[in-house]
Amino acid sequence: MTSFLTNLPNLKVYGTPTYFIYLLLAILPLGISLYYGKRLVKYEFLVNLVFLFLMFDGQSFPQLLALLGFLCWQTLIVKFYLNYRRQANQSSVFYLAVFLSLLPLVIIKVTPALIGQNSIIGFLGISYLTFRATGTVIETRDGMIQEIKTYHFIRFLAFMPALTSGPIDRFRRFEKDYQQLPSRQEYLQMVAKAVNYLFLGFLYKFILAYYLGSRLLPILEKQALFYSPHFTWYLVGVMYVYSLDLFFDFAGYSLFAVAISYLMGVKTPMNFNQPFISKNIKEFWNRWHMTLSFWFRDYIFMRFVFMATKKKWIKNRHLLSSLGYLLNMLIMGCWHGLTWYYILYGLMHGLGLVVNDWWLRYKKQHLKWLPHNKLTTGIAIFVTFNFVMLSFLLFSGFLNQFWFGSHILNK
Amino acid sequence: MDLEEKVIKILADVTANDEAEVKAMGDQDLFKSGFLDSMATVELLVTLQDELGINVPVSEFDRQQWNTITKICNQIKELQK
Repeated sequence: MTSFLTNLPNLKVYGTPTYFIYLLLAILPLGISLYYGKRLVKYEFLVNLVFLFLMFDGQSFPQLLALLGFLCWQTLIVKFYLNYRRQANQSSVFYLAVFLSLLPLVIIKVTPALIGQNSIIGFLGISYLTFRATGTVIETRDGMIQEIKTYHFIRFLAFMPALTSGPIDRFRRFEKDYQQLPSRQEYLQMVAKAVNYLFLGFLYKFILAYYLGSRLLPILEKQALFYSPHFTWYLVGVMYVYSLDLFFDFAGYSLFAVAISYLMGVKTPMNFNQPFISKNIKEFWNRWHMTLSFWFRDYIFMRFVFMATKKKWIKNRHLLSSLGYLLNMLIMGCWHGLTWYYILYGLMHGLGLVVNDWWLRYKKQHLKWLPHNKLTTGIAIFVTFNFVMLSFLLFSGFLNQFWFGSHILNK
Repeated sequence: MDLEEKVIKILADVTANDEAEVKAMGDQDLFKSGFLDSMATVELLVTLQDELGINVPVSEFDRQQWNTITKICNQIKELQK
């Protein structure tokens, strides 16, 4: 049985044009029923199940078991906590629930740093499912969620179009789309948007990201490594090409996920909103990987600052917000993985936000004469863009190879 | 002091602006214009709790519902009922 399973072909999510043909054919009946104001609940469950299976069969079969275990674990936590919350509201129980909810993710993030290989409980997409689950626990504590049906929760956690890399939806928002179906006119608008997003996604992922990431980047990396650890302009090339590839690849994927959700009548939130036109780093985080950055903003930054203000830990608001930024971004860095470059990446953005706030205050107080025109806006966008590019070079881990790697062997 | 004046005063406090500057925002989107950020939002929520006794959990706070001075006043009226 297991050998049969591991020999099945594995479909990489949104990987090839064929995948889209299968997927669109499979969800066509859902679309037709939505057009007639109905949701085929059982059929949708089946489609979700089949495509989940196709993601994780073949060589990744152990991941499917890990996913199933994970879903049971999170459902138990959420159900137990909701039950408890109906009767009492102690902070210690809440923190315990959050801790348990985060535990699988923490284990798979720490394991590689400890034993040098991946944990067996990991699967593709675990981070995004964890964020959804933990967010649900937090909103339950706030009394915003009063009922969670087991099947509804699992449907939300393992929603197929957004399983592997988000966007990170929220339980209450997601449920609303199931309780209230879009009207025919609304649904047709969603379909029109979905088609638009799909084609934009094709352009981003299969043309731009493919050319940048699979064609151009390897050449530049090779050249840069050839001269490493000495600086050459190839390294600058790696920085820009890697960063743009990162954007087009991830934004392309996100567009697919949103488009398929729309076709299924679910308004999964967008992940990117023209990040490179940001005038400062704060604006950048309101436009880049938005569902992640808003998750961090709402569940870490705001809650930390709220508690610190209420309990009067720190009186100085500027100091407090700076600490909040650093904490927020360092946790985000660590989440990417426990390596020096991810942690430094987090620190860099944390400091970026601190300096950004300081600069805005300074400008307001002392530089009132500074004009607000196309030139100054252009400079602001240029500086922000290059700061971000530099941070992505760090994020790429290429510097690890460049400075400490086996470049001598390459020569 | 009526509610709108009170809200303007609180907003001026939490954003370190003059009340005149807050008034000048009119019905502009306070978040989009960068006038309110997460930090100022938290201070707004804490102040509402301390001064008006209104409890708004952070996860209840939907930016779309609180993004202009008028909307903030309406939200407060709604919660005071």
